[in-house]
Amino acid sequence: MAAKKKETRVIITGFGGQGIVLTGNILGQAATLHDGLHATMTQNYGPEARGGSCSSQVIISGAEIPYPYVEQADLLVCMSQEGYTKNLSALAPGGVLVWDTNLVKTGGHDPSWRTFDLPATAIAEEMGNKMMANIVMLGFLSAVFPAASPEAMREAMLAAVPPRTKDKNALAFERGRERGQGLLESGRAGQGRRRS
Amino acid sequence: MAGKEVLTGVHFMDGDEACCEGAIAAGCRFFAGYPITPATEVAERMSRRLPQIGGIFIQMEDEIASMAAILGASWGGAKAMTSTSGPGFSLMMENIGLGVCTETPCVVANVQRAGPSTGLPTLVGQGDMMQARWGSHGPYEIIALTPSSPQEMFDFTVKAFNLSEQYRVPVFVMADEVVGHMSERVVIPPAERIKVVSRKQPKASPDKYLPYKPDADGVAPMATWGMGYHVHVTGLTHDERGYPVMDASAQEQMIARITGKIKKNAAKIISYDAMFMDDAQVVVVAYGISARSAKGAVAAARAQGQKVGLMKLNTVWPFPEEVIADLAGRVRGLIMPEINQGQVVLELERVAGGRCPVKFIGHPGGTIISPRVILAAAQEMLKEAL
Repeated sequence: MAAKKKETRVIITGFGGQGIVLTGNILGQAATLHDGLHATMTQNYGPEARGGSCSSQVIISGAEIPYPYVEQADLLVCMSQEGYTKNLSALAPGGVLVWDTNLVKTGGHDPSWRTFDLPATAIAEEMGNKMMANIVMLGFLSAVFPAASPEAMREAMLAAVPPRTKDKNALAFERGRERGQGLLESGRAGQGRRRS
Repeated sequence: MAGKEVLTGVHFMDGDEACCEGAIAAGCRFFAGYPITPATEVAERMSRRLPQIGGIFIQMEDEIASMAAILGASWGGAKAMTSTSGPGFSLMMENIGLGVCTETPCVVANVQRAGPSTGLPTLVGQGDMMQARWGSHGPYEIIALTPSSPQEMFDFTVKAFNLSEQYRVPVFVMADEVVGHMSERVVIPPAERIKVVSRKQPKASPDKYLPYKPDADGVAPMATWGMGYHVHVTGLTHDERGYPVMDASAQEQMIARITGKIKKNAAKIISYDAMFMDDAQVVVVAYGISARSAKGAVAAARAQGQKVGLMKLNTVWPFPEEVIADLAGRVRGLIMPEINQGQVVLELERVAGGRCPVKFIGHPGGTIISPRVILAAAQEMLKEAL
């Protein structure tokens, strides 16, 4: 990916145990170690180890990133209802909203947003392990919003998951990616709808 | 034992992990600690890494014991450290004083969260800065470094070890939750390009050696246990032999030594980065994570042609008195953002001494300071100054 000056700001949100922070970390690794860009990844979680609301914020840029918090996101990924409700106002006009249809029930959206939905958890369950929902989502993002280059995202993912799960995760990534490409080709990306 | 001592290469790691790698690269082979958010990842990584390279990791019963253990390890000849956050830092204070009094090299990383008490365990604060300076009782001087990125967590931890070895004093790495938990590019250089300093060893024969008699630089060579020297280590006021002496003149001599070695060498210890300071009318003086917010604000001001500069403090203690005093005489105002109710800004005000206005921007913790708030304050100060 060519060096870019402008910052790309991403919020990934869900609950503890879903691999939300790992997903942000993979994105940051992809941008930093494979694409040669700058990236910061910060995380937000409560005192609970599992089940509490959590989010990771990733900023990717061709230049140094002074302020590592995301105030206005270009991409918001929601893998829990609470994450969706809490973070929706942080999505910038013209931003991209992605959610897991198995976990999030959506309401009205800003008409300037592009929206994508994906049953990431169901796809992962079908493949034998719902813990891979985040990797399905990552593959999906590599098609609909490649914040880092798709090859870099795949490479970084393979390096980050436990070695014995590599093949399954590679498949999960592909399933998500195919789904995203399919949506793009069919032109079925959603447009934000105001709540009537 | 099957691990590399220096993980040379490019990494995407968080600040806590980088702190651990910096320590190991500096020669740390002993870690004693008690896990606490947001510093746990330092201990976690140490527990994996130290056994790989022949080092020792001990999870202690609490932070009082952790601090005691690293002092003992240091006297045993190891480079030693612990990591903690506010509540643990409070518990360590008495033994930090023991480390100061016995002139024991060691490093304490405090990944600050918002307090007081257990406060906000997972959220950022910079509220332990005055505690770092004055938290243990009695007169003393201390060294505290303030990293603002995972890269600086690596670099400054190496530096912290070097300073503690050189000046025989506990050195603090005063990080914060965001710097500790943020992942970013960290470049670890080849081992031969990392400067590593180790404590001076005595040249005198055991019958002539005085463990607290300083050289010209104010620092006494340190004989550790097992080297064949007689060493007496006490927190009581002691003479150059290390034996307790209970009077005012021994106290005066000892305090002059433990404060003098830092004060005398302050210019060598102090480190800061200047950005757009030459023609600046308003300078933001900032440290740690708040220096990143300040950098964003200064860049935004410059983009609008406004003469705002940044002085990023890499060491907060000792405080850069001479540079600040000079700066205060040349600018129209100074601004300090901190995630507390105003701590280091008190030093800034004291040293500026009324030569220019000093403005504080802060809040008690839980989030970092937005560059927009700093920019607005700088613009206001530029207007007022006209």
